[in-house]
Amino acid sequence: MKKPFQKLPESVVRLVTVFAVFIVGTIVVVKFAIPPRFKDTKIQWADTIKQETAKPVQYAGAVACADCHEEVVAQKRKGYHRDLSCETCHGPAKAHTDDPDKVKPPAPRDRKFCPVCHTFNPSRPRGYPMINPVAHNPMKPCFTCHEPHDPKPPTVPRECSACHGEIARTLSVSHHVQLKCTSCHTVPAQHRVSPRVIRPSKPTSRDFCGKCHAKDSTFKGSPKIDLASHGEKYVCWQCHYPHLPEVE
Amino acid sequence: MMDRRSFLKKLFSSLALSGGVLGGFFRILPAWGQAKEEPAGKLWGFGVSVDKCIGCARCVVACKSENNVPKEPFFYRTWVERYMIPKEGEAEVTNIHTGLAPEAEVPSKPIFRSFFVPKLCNQCAHPPCVQVCPVGATFSTEDGVVLVNDRTCIGCRYCIQACPYGARYLHPATHTADKCTFCYHRLHRGLLPACVEVCPTQARVIGDLHSAASPMTRFKRMNKIFVLKPNLNTEPKVLYANIDGEVR
Repeated sequence: MKKPFQKLPESVVRLVTVFAVFIVGTIVVVKFAIPPRFKDTKIQWADTIKQETAKPVQYAGAVACADCHEEVVAQKRKGYHRDLSCETCHGPAKAHTDDPDKVKPPAPRDRKFCPVCHTFNPSRPRGYPMINPVAHNPMKPCFTCHEPHDPKPPTVPRECSACHGEIARTLSVSHHVQLKCTSCHTVPAQHRVSPRVIRPSKPTSRDFCGKCHAKDSTFKGSPKIDLASHGEKYVCWQCHYPHLPEVE
Repeated sequence: MMDRRSFLKKLFSSLALSGGVLGGFFRILPAWGQAKEEPAGKLWGFGVSVDKCIGCARCVVACKSENNVPKEPFFYRTWVERYMIPKEGEAEVTNIHTGLAPEAEVPSKPIFRSFFVPKLCNQCAHPPCVQVCPVGATFSTEDGVVLVNDRTCIGCRYCIQACPYGARYLHPATHTADKCTFCYHRLHRGLLPACVEVCPTQARVIGDLHSAASPMTRFKRMNKIFVLKPNLNTEPKVLYANIDGEVR
């Protein structure tokens, strides 16, 4: 029997052998010599996840604080800072929870800390408590007046002036300063909930102002007019601003 | 001359053979076999309520200390932008300072609206950064977070260029791409991401999009949801509520 290779020229056989060795070598190297981590992205990705999840934590989380500091947490729960995490002010505290005696988290005591949130900034949402730190007791640290775990404004804004401050300030220099808001406006309870939808009433008749300002009114110390002849077709507030009525 | 019957016969048989019918059939065939429920794994999503953000940048500070992000003000995993929309002209966007702002800036033009927008990696479902990575160092995990393997990353910056949200930076120490991971190491331990932990106004929310009881499901149900640059079809998993149309 003749060998099939004998038919081929010597050079071709050599070339085929070289190629075969090269191909087999490549397969062996790729398959066994290169570690699978280099070839398979799946393994790389699993490695990454392992590496990522092994990273150390800095912030322990507010739940961890509640384990020991029950009183402060109970105090904080009632106040405006109830949703504020402890570590927002006291800084990352994982080291403290690991070794409570050795590492103590800092408590911010200077005026550089609270104004980061509470300085007036026109971009902040309405109703957020803001101050001008230059004008607001510049020499006092915040915590001398405001307990940080249960902060309160030192004077609580009164009923209407909480929102209608501009009217309150105008009214404070006007002859009508003694009048209560409710003597002219009826305020539905729902107005506090949805102030733009449920609105307070306004006086609509000339007789309403006439209760004090008509000629025959029994009220003393107010300028009197003749309702019949004085600007008859207009309602009073069309000429006189009730929150700051002009003085003769 | 062909009669109508043989014409229709030929037409329908050629349509069937041309692959329309057969191809469609073979396309749905494998789906019958795989029609199982999706694995009930987690899919992390992130919610940002723009109207709650007070621009205090506590999140930025917390992120930097949790994730060893360099302190210099041009390396961010998360950052907060301040939008100033003037009555006329283009919106002005600035990156806000960490810590106490040097002084309250007075806008030069009349301002129509102003607000803060927290930004972070959007953890896209179709991430352009993953597409362009030449070495497969960045990838999406099963639970929907895009991670970077800093041992495989060659620091070519393609992903930084590709990200339409500018969420990546080159870490100056490792010379690899770095980005927000939703604090993957914290999620893994059942903790909140550092920025969510410290946010004083709960402007940031994280939760499992697959779970019916997660904060994210509630966030999606209670708010009108927007994403950034929806026209790019990246399908971000960072959802924004109450965001202005000017935000890009």
